[in-house]
Amino acid sequence: MPESNLQDGVSRRRFMALSGGSAAAAAFLAACGGDDETTTTTMGASGGGSGETAQFGKGDVGILNYALTLEYLETAFYADVVKSGLFKGSDLETIRRFGDEEAQHVSALTAAVKQLGGKPAPQPKTEFPLESAKAVLELAGTVENIGAAAYLGQAANIRSPEVLASALAIHSVEGRHAATLNTLLGRSITPDGAFAKPESAKAVLKSVEPFIVG
Amino acid sequence: MNDHELAHPELAGVEVLDDSGDLSRSEVILKGALAAGAVYGLGMVAPFVRRALAAAGDGDVGILNFALTLEYLEADFYAEAKRRAGASGELKILIGLLAADEQQHVEALTASIEKLGGKPVMKPKFDFPYGNTAGFLKLAQTFEDTGVSAYNGAGPMIESKEVLGAAGSIVQVEARHAAAIRLQNDAEPSPEAFDPALDEAQVLKAVEPFLA
Repeated sequence: MPESNLQDGVSRRRFMALSGGSAAAAAFLAACGGDDETTTTTMGASGGGSGETAQFGKGDVGILNYALTLEYLETAFYADVVKSGLFKGSDLETIRRFGDEEAQHVSALTAAVKQLGGKPAPQPKTEFPLESAKAVLELAGTVENIGAAAYLGQAANIRSPEVLASALAIHSVEGRHAATLNTLLGRSITPDGAFAKPESAKAVLKSVEPFIVG
Repeated sequence: MNDHELAHPELAGVEVLDDSGDLSRSEVILKGALAAGAVYGLGMVAPFVRRALAAAGDGDVGILNFALTLEYLEADFYAEAKRRAGASGELKILIGLLAADEQQHVEALTASIEKLGGKPVMKPKFDFPYGNTAGFLKLAQTFEDTGVSAYNGAGPMIESKEVLGAAGSIVQVEARHAAAIRLQNDAEPSPEAFDPALDEAQVLKAVEPFLA
């Protein structure tokens, strides 16, 4: 990139060293969140550092591998749903398209991990309950809303501006998927209101645990 | 330039006006972002915003003021649409939701700029060129997609983790709005696997005319 105007990760870290957890920042969150619970969640998610993804690797590699694991899960889910024959017509097309986009996220994240000199996380073995179209749509809605919250929960932990730019480009696509499924389900497109809530890696992993069989 | 040469002609007619006759830096960047999107397509918005904010060098307060200007535009657009868009049923309900969300974004950004010790920019006047529901929906889709690209473009420039987290929680909501409006238009809610990103060579070309 010629004469990049991006601030490097160092300046953000330095800034944080000077002002981390400042009263102004806490007030900002209070202004945005509107209630204590949101403030706590956001602070928890952004203040936890990348330690909570340490099982997937150090720093940005760990965060990317965590995201890769979730994208593998989403890709496998949509592939299973397409094979299940539960959907036809435009709903099937939407599912196919979303599955294709998740597969593209897998490729991009794998490449990003390698570029950082890390080892991409292995594809988990998965199993999903595919009993009826309605139950599957509900599961899809749950998975996408969790996915969007997972990216949001890690955004502030990412050090490299380039990695952050990629994560943000994926994060908003997960948000689009979630809103689409919520629409199909007749639910609010913005279940958290005007400010989406982040989710910690710990909570995300716990909620997808039932679908990982090895 | 003729409309048919533009990537998004509906954006070209959007006016950002300031009573003082002196546009703030945020207003200039917003005008530039809209122009970049109109001429080159929405893939240009994120890189334009990133470069313009970097050139302005106003830090997080500058970024938040730009976001505030963008949210002023969206809030005004939907508030006006309640009277002007000729919507009924499901779309009318959606417009009400979007108007309320954007207004909350305006209020939160205003409060946060003040709490960071900055001065929130004043609301400019906007002129939205549409004459019917279809025209409204087309412009709404472009605005929401532009909003997503603008926030995603600004994200890596943000220094404070807390501000970044809050901007992230707003951009996800903008992405959800974009999907909902796209469904109303029978357009793909998620047209690409990655929301529009960098193209450096085009950025330089697009940015030049808009930055003094």
